[in-house]
Amino acid sequence: MRSFTGHFIKSLLFGSIGWSGVLLSSTPPALPIEEIEGGVYLFSGHQAMADKQNAGAIANIGFIVGNNCVAVIDSGGSPEQGKQLMAAVHSVTTKPVCYVINTHVHPDHILGNLAFKPQGAQFVGHQELPRAMALRGEHYLKTASRSLGFALPVEAIVMPDTVVRETLKIDLGGRLLILTAYPAAHTDNDLTVFDENTGTLWLSDLLFVKHVPVLDGSINGWLSVIDQLQKKQVNLAIPGHGAITHSLSQALEPEKRYLQTVRREIKEVIKQGGGMEMALEKVGLSEKEHWLLFEQFHKRTVSAAFAELEWEE
Amino acid sequence: MLKVQQRKSIYLLLILQLSLLSSSIVMAIEDDPDALWESSFKTHFFGDREIETKKPLVELKAPKRAANPALVPITIKSKIGQQPERYVKTIYLIIDKNPKPLAGKFSFTQESGQADLSMRIRINEYSKVRVIAELNDGSLSMASRFVKASGGCAAPVGSDIDKAMARLGKIKLFPRGENAPGEPLFTQFMVSHPNITGLQMDQLTRMYAPEHYVTKVDVSFNGKPVMSAETDISISENPSIGFYFVPSESGELKVMVKDSKGLTFTKVRKISAEN
Ligand SMILES: [Zn+2]
Repeated sequence: MRSFTGHFIKSLLFGSIGWSGVLLSSTPPALPIEEIEGGVYLFSGHQAMADKQNAGAIANIGFIVGNNCVAVIDSGGSPEQGKQLMAAVHSVTTKPVCYVINTHVHPDHILGNLAFKPQGAQFVGHQELPRAMALRGEHYLKTASRSLGFALPVEAIVMPDTVVRETLKIDLGGRLLILTAYPAAHTDNDLTVFDENTGTLWLSDLLFVKHVPVLDGSINGWLSVIDQLQKKQVNLAIPGHGAITHSLSQALEPEKRYLQTVRREIKEVIKQGGGMEMALEKVGLSEKEHWLLFEQFHKRTVSAAFAELEWEE
Repeated sequence: MLKVQQRKSIYLLLILQLSLLSSSIVMAIEDDPDALWESSFKTHFFGDREIETKKPLVELKAPKRAANPALVPITIKSKIGQQPERYVKTIYLIIDKNPKPLAGKFSFTQESGQADLSMRIRINEYSKVRVIAELNDGSLSMASRFVKASGGCAAPVGSDIDKAMARLGKIKLFPRGENAPGEPLFTQFMVSHPNITGLQMDQLTRMYAPEHYVTKVDVSFNGKPVMSAETDISISENPSIGFYFVPSESGELKVMVKDSKGLTFTKVRKISAEN
């Protein structure tokens, strides 16, 4: 508990959001969730940049309830959102949260971890998640204090206790979750969660719906993961941002087209002897009308893809 | 004796006042992007030497906002050529708010032809980026740009460290411009390297700190130095530097890279003057 107290004092010192932090600490309201399949609960994130209004609650996060245990899948964009998610768990079940699964390192998916630490939950992530957290954690904490308006203690970065190399099965009691680790795609630490009972595949940021895809791993890797995912038969697919869908293959198409367009046009720039600046100006503009948050993320994806593709022979 | 509730609110009030005070101090520092430079870096790096800022002999191109803080492309141009009597000897690149502000020190010779550079840098937060050119006569010129960092899930870290490691030390070296006899030729250098620091790792994990970054890049043409760079972790993953040299005759362009673990990597490319 000491770290929480410290956090609130720091919040007070660093920003006005701290006040709501104090109020929430006594009675955190439950995060609005929806049961999208039997025992599968989802909070739908706001399609926006993380800011003071949404306090980082921009990603789809949720949990799955078994006979003995609950597994949280992504904890949210702040310890406060993590607490609200925990309150949401308590509103539907008395079973303990045994696992917190982090689908990848991005702050909107991991910064709620701290809320589940006192309950003794086991944290699970991709085998490259610890390295990514170590390299980026400090920066994410600083960014939170600037753009979200609250300061977070270094403890808010909670490392996984268990890492997934290829696949890992988790038994929640009469309910098996299959966790799959991928090579570099959206990030270099992407994990999906498959719930056997309902045929639900939690893809997190391997699937973006309406929100422009954000590349922070490998464009070639991501496109081959998409091919792999399109062969899967699932009942329900949950993206990291945007609406859930019953037809996974179809839902992956716009993302695939976007990434293919970016890759093809970057290769053209490289062929013409152009540099990154030229690619940033020219590449992928035909995609603009199809996506939300294009202005905020497109150039970032182009620069990351360029830095990857210029190393191809 | 005060009731618990009252004590709590007095405590909170006190903290609120403190917070207002501290945030106004923070605001004051952040309002002036040159504050750090004026109050400390300027003297630290250049003592009390005069620095021309009104009509600097150097130009800096950088984006207003860093779309990707791990990969911010910048271009540095010198307004004078590399003449025997007057040439740019050194260019310093400083990113005020980065953990190690001195991102690089680049040395040139008359064989460089033109002391221009392009590269990609990491920008951790809203910061002034500045280049200071030192001429052979010791005079200094500075150009600077304010770059806003991006928010959200962006971080100034490479996105595929394993791939950079798998190719560790692989170098690409190739001319980008037209080769005209006696004229400076724009040339691209790239080395596969994760270029990471262990700083953050230590604090969070206290267990593993794979500090590993490029410390030096030496380029020579037929044995004569044309560009030499002392670099640090503010240079992006897979360091990429564009520079000029004058291929006055046919010969060998050679680049030697050293890193923080003492590893060295070299690459030689034949250049023909007629080409
Ligand atoms: Zn993400």
